[in-house]
Amino acid sequence: MSNEILVFAEQQSRKITRPAWEAVAAGQKIAADTGGSVTLIVLGAAVSVLASELAAGESSGVLVVEAPALAEYTPDGYARALAGVIRSRQPRYVVFSHTYQVRDFAPKLAAALGVGFISDCLGYHNESGRLIFVRQVFQGKFNADVEFTGEAPYLVSFQAGSFREDSVRRGAAAASVSTVAAEVAPDQVRSKPGERFREAKQAVDLTQAEVIVAVGRGIKAPENIDLARKLADALGGELGASRPICDGGWLPMDRQIGSSGQTVAPKLYVALGISGAIQHQVGMKGSRNVLAINKDREAPIFEVATYGVVGDLFEIVPPLIEEIRKSKAG
Amino acid sequence: MKIVVCLKQVPARDSLLRLNPAGTWIQETDISFEVNEPDIYALEEALRLKESQGGEVVVCSLGPARAQQAIKEALAKGADRALHLDDPAFAGLDSFGVARVMARALETEKPDLIVTGLQSDDFGAAQTGVILAELLDLPHSTIIMAIEVQGGAIKVKRELEAGFFQFIELPLPALLTIQSGINKPRYATLKGIMAAKNKPLKKLSLADLGLLAGDLAPKQRITRVYVPEKRANTEFFEGSGKDIAAKLVDKLKNEARIL
Ligand SMILES: Cc1cc2nc3c(=O)[nH]c(=O)nc-3n(C[C@H](O)[C@H](O)[C@H](O)COP(=O)(O)OP(=O)(O)OC[C@H]3O[C@@H](n4cnc5c(N)ncnc54)[C@H](O)[C@@H]3O)c2cc1C
Ligand SMILES: Nc1ncnc2c1ncn2[C@@H]1O[C@H](COP(=O)(O)O)[C@@H](O)[C@H]1O
Repeated sequence: MSNEILVFAEQQSRKITRPAWEAVAAGQKIAADTGGSVTLIVLGAAVSVLASELAAGESSGVLVVEAPALAEYTPDGYARALAGVIRSRQPRYVVFSHTYQVRDFAPKLAAALGVGFISDCLGYHNESGRLIFVRQVFQGKFNADVEFTGEAPYLVSFQAGSFREDSVRRGAAAASVSTVAAEVAPDQVRSKPGERFREAKQAVDLTQAEVIVAVGRGIKAPENIDLARKLADALGGELGASRPICDGGWLPMDRQIGSSGQTVAPKLYVALGISGAIQHQVGMKGSRNVLAINKDREAPIFEVATYGVVGDLFEIVPPLIEEIRKSKAG
Repeated sequence: MKIVVCLKQVPARDSLLRLNPAGTWIQETDISFEVNEPDIYALEEALRLKESQGGEVVVCSLGPARAQQAIKEALAKGADRALHLDDPAFAGLDSFGVARVMARALETEKPDLIVTGLQSDDFGAAQTGVILAELLDLPHSTIIMAIEVQGGAIKVKRELEAGFFQFIELPLPALLTIQSGINKPRYATLKGIMAAKNKPLKKLSLADLGLLAGDLAPKQRITRVYVPEKRANTEFFEGSGKDIAAKLVDKLKNEARIL
């Protein structure tokens, strides 16, 4: 077993993405804490230009794993190529960012290798070189400390924003780049991926709104959305929503805020009856001010709130609308 | 088409969750359980495929006796039969262990399609379906928002970040993890509830599946569960609705400068 920390640098459409650098930051920190060395790995077909970009990060080397069958991402292709590399190098940790792509193949990779994968972590505690990973459970109501029990290699992914791109250490000189051919034949890839696309142009662009009043499942029924609309009108803002509200058709999809919806940063974001799951938070935590009204004091939304009210939104919002109207009139 | 749906029971959304005395999980007594949300959508998708393609829908749930409630709901909505994987040795398994047991139970079923939820609302590993696909050597795709059958293959719509999607073609048999919102789930009818009483429900234990406890050795272990530390700088407002409203308006006007 080596002391290598292998970092998976995700590329999308032949571009190194922010999650890739966040994974590099995580890998560098783990290496510093465990006395290991960092190797960055990028997969694809003819991606050596990406390797030189990655080589700017401090590491003991960048490994380019290439095959024509890796030209487009598929779980079969990626899991097979990485399994080959991991079997031969026997790293101690393999570090990922918890992206849609990683969710799609990393559990398969772990199962193929017969090793553990602790997914979607916020960070870790270092107990004399033994790493205990921290992750959210019960949609953010609690945190759990989780440790690996079997043999290394250990696979671990970190939630977006757990490590920062700007904390990546740059090397004094570019790291060395080596290229290996992946053992993936075209007929071993069973799925055929199509192009990425977006649905027809969205009717509302919430990214420009100065005030957003967003509703979550705490609004209880579609007819109650009118209350939120009145608050939005009083504030001169737009309506937004958590995913379940759009899933249920209570508001159109283009009002959805979060990892699978829009990312917004208004001056004021009002969260009414929204628990604040990470997938929602990533879409709104850049807001200048957040007012959260939620009857559960433990709701994770309060972690990103400037102003908080623990209570029933149906008791708070009507007088709030009233007071805002008064203030505007006066 | 033979479709297997994996259903997990999780604590009901509005339960007041408390930690167990050891601080290693939640206290599971005195709370109610419900079917994991995306799994409800997965079941609906399976029922619709059966209605358009013919075939049968088999429900598979691993959990203690209470999991039969989830199974009965699925049978009442129209699933044809169920496998209940229940053994004291199955308590507290990680995703790998759960997938290992399910793989053994489904080996002989040879379904054309397996659908799972994309993630459980309790531990939230988002791994079980994908591991199961690997153990059964099936192609898979995750976070699916539409399924179209094209002869011996399927074309699925996979959700990507930030409002992007992608179509993917897969040969059958295959496994898909389903995202909430893919369809409008149905409710059980009274007739369905009556019919469910006579539908086959097979219980399978560790021994029935020819497994040994050692086969399910965990690859990860929870050492502690706790309330996360709160960010200290949220300013909370208390009082009557009217008091709070007045204080908030003051803040919005003089501090946030919105009004
Ligand atoms: C891959 C993936 C992508 C996702 N993408 C997104 C996304 O883009 N956007 C998104 O929002 N979610 C997304 N989700 C879902 C996310 O994980 C949560 O399930 C969702 O955000 C929860 O919505 P909610 O807060 O409205 O509902 P809940 O979590 O059910 O919260 C409802 C809240 O309302 C409160 N409440 C109830 N009644 C009242 C009352 N009378 N007064 C005040 N408060 C009350 C409750 O205390 C609770 O906190 C995604 C999930 C996955 C797995
Ligand atoms: N005990 C279980 N019984 C049946 N299905 C399960 C079980 N655990 C997980 N699953 C399935 O796997 C999906 C993902 O769960 P997880 O990997 O725990 O996030 C769930 O949505 C279920 O469809």
